[in-house]
Amino acid sequence: MISVKLFGVTRDIVGRPILEIQENVETVGELKEFMMITYPRIKGLNSLMVAVNSEYAQDDLEIKSTDEVALIPPVSGG
Amino acid sequence: MIKITDQVLDTQAIINSVEAPEGGAINVFIGTVRNATKSKQVLKLEFEAYEPMATKELTKIVNQAKQRWPLLKVAVHHRVGVLAIGEVPVVIALSTPHRAAGFEACQYIIDTLKVTVPIWKKEFFEDGEVWVAAHP
Repeated sequence: MISVKLFGVTRDIVGRPILEIQENVETVGELKEFMMITYPRIKGLNSLMVAVNSEYAQDDLEIKSTDEVALIPPVSGG
Repeated sequence: MIKITDQVLDTQAIINSVEAPEGGAINVFIGTVRNATKSKQVLKLEFEAYEPMATKELTKIVNQAKQRWPLLKVAVHHRVGVLAIGEVPVVIALSTPHRAAGFEACQYIIDTLKVTVPIWKKEFFEDGEVWVAAHP
């Protein structure tokens, strides 16, 4: 199981700040795919990044159950 | 010093924090909440951050800037929470021996912050609310 932190528009789409995923999601790419299939509105975003242990992660990175995982929708600070 | 805070930013204190005896210039960028987006009236903004990562990304940006320009002291403070029109969500201050490097470094930091740092803002209008930059 992985636990995914949600911020901004992705938190609004999913409707909660943390999503527990029981399904078999092994990589960052699979997580993005899972999120887009489960929550189709995520496909409409300008971009979707994933952070693993608070670093931007590539699609081929494997996710371990102990990792801190977060979805990063388009940022807009400043 | 890099800081994400829900408190009002004290611009003068941030400027004072980068004073350095070797400095010939302090360059400051102050972001303010604008009252409209594409001529539509904005009532307020709400900022949120993925805090440990935002601090980490800001530290990377400051370190990159330090490699490119001779920076003496750098401060980047970003506020989160609800901000009214005219309030200040971000202050960047840095000291350099000469002014040219200061202007360039300050612009680099704010431009890169807007691209890489996990902070989000929501605009509130009379008829709804929008996460900025989220959708095409």
